[in-house]
Amino acid sequence: MKRPDFYRDAFLWGWQILDAGYRSEELSELLSCKRQPVTSIQQPASAISFTFASMNNKYELVIGLEVHAQLLTASKLFCGDSTTFGAEPNTQVSPVSLAHPGTLPVMNEKVIELAVRLGLALNCTIVQDNYFARKNYFYPDLPKGYQVSQHTAPICLGGHLPIQTSEGKKNVQLNRIHMEEDAGKSLHDQDEKYTSIDLNRAGMPLLEIVTEPDLHSADEAYAYLTELRKLVRWLGVCDGNMEEGSMRCDANVSVRLKGATTLGTRVEVKNLNSIRNVKRAIEIEAERLIGIVEKGEQVIQQTRSFNADNNTTFALRSKEEADDYRYFPEPDLPPFFISDEYLQEIKAAMPALPAALQNKYISSYNLPEYDAAQLSNDKDDSDLFEAIIRHTTHYKAAANWMTVLKQYCSNAALPVSSFPLTAEKIATLINFTETGKVSFNAASTRILQELINSPEETPESIATQLNLVQESDESAIEAWVDEVIASMPDKVKEYRSGKKGLIGLFAGEVKKRSKGKADMQLTNKVLTEKLNN
Amino acid sequence: MFVFNSITDYHHQLKSGTTSCLQAVNHFLSRIKEKAHLNAFVEVYEKEALAKAAELDAKRNAGEPLKKLHGVVIAIKDVICYKDHSVTAASAILKGFNSLYTASALQYLLNEDAIIIGNCNCDEFAMGSTNENSSYGKVLNALDETKVPGGSSGGSAVAVQAGMCMLSLGSDTGGSVRQPADFCGIIGLKPGYGRISRYGLLAYASSFDQIGIFGTHVPDVALLLQIMSQPDKMDSTMDKTGPLPAFENPEPTPLRYCLFSQVMDHPSLDPEIRDNINALAEKLETEGNTVTRLDFEWLDYIVPAYYVLTTAEASSNLSRYDGVRYGHRSEKATEDLDAFYRNNRSEGFGMEVKRRIMLGTFVLSTGYYDAYYSKAQKIRRLLTEKITEIFEGYDAILMPTVPSTAMSIGQHDKDPVEMYLADIFTVFANLTGIPGISLPLFSHSNNMPFGLQVMTNKQEELPLLHIADRLMQQYKPVRAL
Repeated sequence: MKRPDFYRDAFLWGWQILDAGYRSEELSELLSCKRQPVTSIQQPASAISFTFASMNNKYELVIGLEVHAQLLTASKLFCGDSTTFGAEPNTQVSPVSLAHPGTLPVMNEKVIELAVRLGLALNCTIVQDNYFARKNYFYPDLPKGYQVSQHTAPICLGGHLPIQTSEGKKNVQLNRIHMEEDAGKSLHDQDEKYTSIDLNRAGMPLLEIVTEPDLHSADEAYAYLTELRKLVRWLGVCDGNMEEGSMRCDANVSVRLKGATTLGTRVEVKNLNSIRNVKRAIEIEAERLIGIVEKGEQVIQQTRSFNADNNTTFALRSKEEADDYRYFPEPDLPPFFISDEYLQEIKAAMPALPAALQNKYISSYNLPEYDAAQLSNDKDDSDLFEAIIRHTTHYKAAANWMTVLKQYCSNAALPVSSFPLTAEKIATLINFTETGKVSFNAASTRILQELINSPEETPESIATQLNLVQESDESAIEAWVDEVIASMPDKVKEYRSGKKGLIGLFAGEVKKRSKGKADMQLTNKVLTEKLNN
Repeated sequence: MFVFNSITDYHHQLKSGTTSCLQAVNHFLSRIKEKAHLNAFVEVYEKEALAKAAELDAKRNAGEPLKKLHGVVIAIKDVICYKDHSVTAASAILKGFNSLYTASALQYLLNEDAIIIGNCNCDEFAMGSTNENSSYGKVLNALDETKVPGGSSGGSAVAVQAGMCMLSLGSDTGGSVRQPADFCGIIGLKPGYGRISRYGLLAYASSFDQIGIFGTHVPDVALLLQIMSQPDKMDSTMDKTGPLPAFENPEPTPLRYCLFSQVMDHPSLDPEIRDNINALAEKLETEGNTVTRLDFEWLDYIVPAYYVLTTAEASSNLSRYDGVRYGHRSEKATEDLDAFYRNNRSEGFGMEVKRRIMLGTFVLSTGYYDAYYSKAQKIRRLLTEKITEIFEGYDAILMPTVPSTAMSIGQHDKDPVEMYLADIFTVFANLTGIPGISLPLFSHSNNMPFGLQVMTNKQEELPLLHIADRLMQQYKPVRAL
């Protein structure tokens, strides 16, 4: 992982260690650094006057994204400390996290599994011989003075992720995925004079997912991140929460004249805490870079930070100051090998991926593309849908019912995975509704709730008890239709003279007279016949 | 008057009531006070040791069976973590630091009712061969106080040499147990890499470090090794074949020994040491063993490769001592983070540690990595292959432990490289990960003792100890004080 360089400026603010739960008096005594204002080299992008759109035909934008995904493991990468978000500062720190003398790392095997799972889903080549390296640098929130990382030898190579934008479909080419540990957090707003350090995050497992410079618009970056987030959530690899920092993104942006074969000087933008901000930052950066090139000036390779408040980016530091990280193989961890058997095991346990499911829903179940996309957007949804269609072949109806079930869960503040009825029971309700004996409306509003209250009942018994069974005897419906036509001669005249919209009014009357029991489909059919005669 | 011969003998005495743990501890405490000027101990856990002794005496008197190390009085090097006890690696950068946890190896000893009497002086962060690089001052050799005890585990060696404890723990990265054992006239064992958990051992060079044992009686050393060889999930680099079976003395069979010509003919080797070892080799042959002289053309590469790799690892391992979370923090006010680190570390580390951190940083830096680190790794691989080959034809390698007897204090102040070169015979076992032991079999005409080093193949600690025991019984060893 490349260090977020804005932290480096934060050095100048002085800093303070939050007590790690021991020897607090001694630590606080030792706090000595004083604060000094950051020398700002801010350069608002808004100062550039022409618009991006006008230059868009002349220049090509080249973007590469580095995403850090914090893994959904119960414990850290190299020790048993909890990974729960939001705990009190420095409460999830063992001597290992604190880099106390004599401590050693122990690999969390779950991390390898998750890395391989994501690698397989992204069509990467899985490297079987693996080792970790140390990346050496000093920073107060890096307890060991080095980060243990696979930077020099990633576990996954290559791969691609399909995306769709208004321009069409495309495979975004990936460079690599590697495992590494996170650093702690420097908090600059806790104290007037000092920076505080929280080491709960130190040693959290991360995957760094790096694309090739293969994206050419902010929209593509947006689509890529949206797809990637969907996938990591789908696979249970990462919760994808950019606001909480469990998924972070740095964007490398450069511009070149269309048709040019070499890349322009790139700028790295950090501090992007939402997919929307990534898009905005890229747009702003592209505009700024084109402005520089148009003026005939040189782009300086540098790291910039995005300020979401005023939609600007500002320089953090130039790359010339780049550190020598002195990578060498981590001697405290033996190299590890991913066997064919292990790979097969992970492959076998892989859930079906959203893209595959979407295709299946369209080709095998004949669902419209919109429904198929909706159902494969979230794994909980598709899991429930898959479970339901094991008990019914009314696929389209089941897809429609998913909206009802999701709405119910949303109202009840329940995850879809905890829907209070079994999939089988839901399927009996769908099947029953499809017989036409009850209206969809009655089934989804009243019978569903009753069934949840008394799951031992059947949809049919509930419908009978609540008097919701529709009248689908054609002669009974004809009688109601005749009554309605007879009672509204003026409206019938209007209808026959062309006001076809009045059919709804007649249907409503039939519904009223039947006390809601008339099968509306049949009613419409009979009404149309009689009115057109 | 308490006399310690061996753990077995001590346990007999305890059971027959002719001595007690309390008597033993009191004996060692008075001995420590008497020999305080040798500067072997950093801290003596007097009250704790007495309390533990009393507790064990009570347990034993109540009829409880004796655990394997019941009342065995042990000193540890100041690089081994002991919960709620100070651990400083003899460095000012850790002055006042108390460990939050106990090293796994030490815990295994405590589980067997060992009594820890204190922690011992050493070279700062185990870097040195004379125990002169310590923030607590130098340690004196009890046999001749103008001589160094060796290093880096000098304090632990002298604690056994001068009878201040029964056994002690050191750490051996390039000879730091075997070399002081040689200088002090006692036994020093470095097990194979990964035999004893390193969790709780302050790291110098992770792929070389190993806890070692000082003693005067091979079966005692073997017992401690057996107990500490228990597996530990906190150390991923541990040998998976542990724990070792118990030591027993099998019927001696003829052995195939080898000597390296380039070692025996090395210009730095004291002729008297060479002659004594050659004489011993002849004796071994007359007793039915074979002793073969082998060519070993890699000798000159060993020390440079060792220093490149260990300093590289050390430069990274010692980065955590930054004064941020614990340890020395400079009183100089600064508003600059780089200066903050510089002040803390410049004030906290001693000269030799700084030298090695800088050397290690240099060999890992861009542009020099391939010239130094990669080459040294290649040499290490070559040596490991070579050693595998050698052990196909031989049971053990014999070698002097050190080219000379104990140096005078201050002798190597000017030239660190000269001191590094004195590690020529010990770093071999660390580079290849094999076990080695120094046995106090000889006395020099200058009245100082010196040892014979025996090395066996990886995982062959037990055969090594059997050989060591036989040699110690057969040839009149130098007696410790």
